[in-house]
Amino acid sequence: MAVMQAKADALAARLAGARPDEGGWLGKARAEALARLAPMGLPGRRDEYWRYTDPASLTAPEPVSAAVFDAKAEPRPFTALDRLKVVFVDGQFDAAQSDDLALEGIEIERLSLAGHAANHWAANLYGVLEARGQTPVERPLATLNSALATEGVLIRVTGKPSKPVSLIYLRKSNNSDAMLHHCIKVESGAELTLLENGPAAARLSKVLEVDLADGARFHHIRTQGRDHERRAVTHIFARIGAQALFKSFTLTANGRLTRNEAFIELLGADAVAHIAGASMGDGDFVHDDTVFVTHAAERCESRQVFKKVLKNGAVGVFQGKILVKQGAQKTDGYQISQSLLLDDDSQFLAKPELEIYADDVKCSHGSTSGAMDETALYYLRSRGVPLKQAQSLLVLAFLAEAISEIEDEAIADDIRNRLEGWLHRHEH
Amino acid sequence: MLEITNLHVKLAEEDKVILRGLDLKIGAGEVHAIMGPNGSGKSTLSYVLSGRDGYEVTDGSAKLLGEELSEMEPEARAAAGLFLAFQYPVGIPGVGNMTFLRTALNAQRKARGEDEISAGDFLKLVREKAKTLKIDAEMLKRPVNVGFSGGEKKRNEILQMAMLEPKMCILDETDSGLDVDAMKLVADGVNALRGAGRSFLVITHYQRLLDHIKPDVVHIMAAGRIIKTGGPELALEVENNGYADILAEVQ
Repeated sequence: MAVMQAKADALAARLAGARPDEGGWLGKARAEALARLAPMGLPGRRDEYWRYTDPASLTAPEPVSAAVFDAKAEPRPFTALDRLKVVFVDGQFDAAQSDDLALEGIEIERLSLAGHAANHWAANLYGVLEARGQTPVERPLATLNSALATEGVLIRVTGKPSKPVSLIYLRKSNNSDAMLHHCIKVESGAELTLLENGPAAARLSKVLEVDLADGARFHHIRTQGRDHERRAVTHIFARIGAQALFKSFTLTANGRLTRNEAFIELLGADAVAHIAGASMGDGDFVHDDTVFVTHAAERCESRQVFKKVLKNGAVGVFQGKILVKQGAQKTDGYQISQSLLLDDDSQFLAKPELEIYADDVKCSHGSTSGAMDETALYYLRSRGVPLKQAQSLLVLAFLAEAISEIEDEAIADDIRNRLEGWLHRHEH
Repeated sequence: MLEITNLHVKLAEEDKVILRGLDLKIGAGEVHAIMGPNGSGKSTLSYVLSGRDGYEVTDGSAKLLGEELSEMEPEARAAAGLFLAFQYPVGIPGVGNMTFLRTALNAQRKARGEDEISAGDFLKLVREKAKTLKIDAEMLKRPVNVGFSGGEKKRNEILQMAMLEPKMCILDETDSGLDVDAMKLVADGVNALRGAGRSFLVITHYQRLLDHIKPDVVHIMAAGRIIKTGGPELALEVENNGYADILAEVQ
């Protein structure tokens, strides 16, 4: 009981003073989220799902003050790409820095302006996928976000827009506590590439609900901003229809705490879902990827590819699950989580899980943790490649499988350039 | 080119002594072969010269073009012109063969103060060299030595040698694991590089490689030292009679 009380107390403290707008479809969705949240409370270290990562700084009423990081002359990600920019500063929409939101084949609206619209499509999505994602494991921080988020984008894709939508999260305050909630609906046969980058806030909570109709295609590439002091918890909830394609890649560099959760449901036959992550931690940083993929239809393919490079006390966590439901025959599931530990101070904690209720499936999973291959290093050096360059080459080679999940070559190159920049700055 | 004097080497982590006063002098343009029974220290010699960790030079010296090798990092030795064709080439998943070759070539050029090779020139060069070694485009794209057959690995070593144009080449049992045709191909690759003052040290168990790569000098190594030196006929003697006679003779 003490544990339940602590969770309830944490929630009460967090909600104190919160006055979400109760009007319109959004107000209704927020009220529903609050009602669902009440019996859950907020997570604590004793929850099985938070065994490896302490959620205290994410659940606390106030964010821990976090110095804004000076990236100096380092170029921001995706700058060379033609894209539609939507800019948020410390969680607030910034009209001046954003592009015109009109683009053929796509409707983009701000959450804060759409909450009272009658018959809005997002009323059937906002908080709905998040609620589906509460079983079998509760994710109260996502519900908290549904209850309190005031800003985000609602994107409905009906065609094939000519360029990616790029959500840019800038941060100027040491104490900002941002909550963003995005809903994306890609209609049958439509396509969207979504880019996200930036630290967003001293503390960020972000929920992305993605609904893919039959035959829809969705590419998601994000970089989380290498601010040393920021903290973030993000959730992706995806519902994927028949023959639809979902691909998500995340690059995480440093950051005091990053918990990225994904809950992906393959609901129509022949659907594909790939989720990948490359992360690099140098110092007192925690990177946690917690992924749950459900196969609920025949002949679907899923891949989870997570690679972490850790040094100087960085901690990497991977909790990944593939659930194959009864009837989901011919499932092809793959999961790999690997860490490259560049010294003895770093740590990788992995919990790969498979739960299978169909008898004609192919599922494989692997998890490894190791140091850099000394023999390979010697081989490279014996050919004249200097030590640091050889190490960087091996780190990039280690991350290559995750990066290869990015289909667009220009975007993949941009990510590789960032990795090289990071490796150049962080001697190892 | 290479001058080794009274070289003593032990394993860094153990008290095991492997090389016990080895002397060897290879002049520019010369081809020397080293033969010897298992455990005589032949591979250790190649590792020590190329700078692999785990060995400790306790006495003596090894100089490449007058420069003491033990004071140089492996990459500096390579840039100075030393090349070891590995007995067991290392697989590097995730690093493409082309990327590897180009990175190595440019790193060496940079270390010598030369300009990097352009992408176009590099491609032309690597295609030309690969063709003579019967290495196809697909093999160049694959990760370094990953999924390569034994013969492909050895051909890939010779391709690297051809691209990097070293001054002093050490071939550590390059013939091991090769069938007759593959050995001929590899030997042709090596012979094509002979001349221009380039020197070779060929470590082998078998005379047959020396039928293809004809040495100027043959050394017999045992218990960490060179115990006998002669011409190509010495290899034939070993092939016919084994090492027993030579070992007995020396003792």
